[in-house]
Amino acid sequence: MTDTAVPRYTRTAIVLHWLLGLALVGAFSVGLYMADLPLSPQRIKLYNWHKWAGITILAFSFVRLAWRLTHRPPADVPMSPPQRLAAHAAHNILYVLFFAVPLVGWAYSSAAGFPIVVFGVLPLPDWVPVDKALAEAIKPWHEWLAWLMAFVVLAHVAAALKHQFIDRDGLISRMSLRRG
Amino acid sequence: MTLSAKTTFATAAFALLAGMALPAGAQQKLVPAQSDISFVTKQMGVPVDGKFKKFDAQVAFDPKKPEAAKIGITIDLASASIGTSETEAELAKPDWFSLKQFPQASFTSTTVKALGAGKFEVAGKLAIKGTTQNVVVPVALAQAGGNTTATGAFTIKRLDFKIGEGDWKDTSMVANDVQVKFKLSLTGVSAL
Repeated sequence: MTDTAVPRYTRTAIVLHWLLGLALVGAFSVGLYMADLPLSPQRIKLYNWHKWAGITILAFSFVRLAWRLTHRPPADVPMSPPQRLAAHAAHNILYVLFFAVPLVGWAYSSAAGFPIVVFGVLPLPDWVPVDKALAEAIKPWHEWLAWLMAFVVLAHVAAALKHQFIDRDGLISRMSLRRG
Repeated sequence: MTLSAKTTFATAAFALLAGMALPAGAQQKLVPAQSDISFVTKQMGVPVDGKFKKFDAQVAFDPKKPEAAKIGITIDLASASIGTSETEAELAKPDWFSLKQFPQASFTSTTVKALGAGKFEVAGKLAIKGTTQNVVVPVALAQAGGNTTATGAFTIKRLDFKIGEGDWKDTSMVANDVQVKFKLSLTGVSAL
């Protein structure tokens, strides 16, 4: 059964998009809040949840990328060349950041001497050495890249709303959870 | 000498001899630069390593009479190094080591049992933060070129010593089990 009215993304792509979008907003918010807390059991809990969320996002991003590389998305709706360039650039930057942000976070955690134990049971390897100076060097990058991702996500959302309410080209129904 | 002077002299001499718990000339010396006292615990499954940079040991040990051995260890708790200065600052607080009140931890041996092949079982009292608990510590001795190294490890439950009170009592946050590992390098120990 195919939807011929508007070519849509696959159901898998749609589910991954919303699930990971939600997870990213959640992980970012927790990260923002937890970083300024004084040391406490609550902060330890939030830090670990944030890391578990980040690693889960990283794992699913591999799935998402593999799916994307093997399932061509629908053709672009008509739009000016600069817009098309901006759209593709934003999506590509996001894909890079889906990996860069959690990988840098993982590296920072390892360098700072806090190996990641996912859900408290699965220890992940430290792929950078434990080194205070290295940790200090890496630390701001996790935050800057996360902010960059947040900025691109906001631009992405703004652009989607523009297509929906200004261009009225039905573009976002391609990624809608509702059929047709 | 008057009677009171003799009594005074005798009392003083007796006190002096009684105070000498160690047989003369039997004191071994710790080599701090080659010694280590460290500990490991877990924070939500994540291992946390720490070590104490300042500690001292008083050891009177004769391999031919191990049961007569006397071992005393004192640890400067403020010398704890545990990854971040923020965590170290937390350790000083009353909920944790409460350093202002209890700057030192100590171990005093009560009995030493030889198990053969350089292995010993040292029972003693561990005092931290005003609480004393009995512990039994397995120790292995190895000798090389005038140096004797005593290594071993034992596990304590931090809540037994009220380490981590209030909100920190939650052992799913910081585990109750803390493994203490040591490597003490000594000189002056006669051949095993």
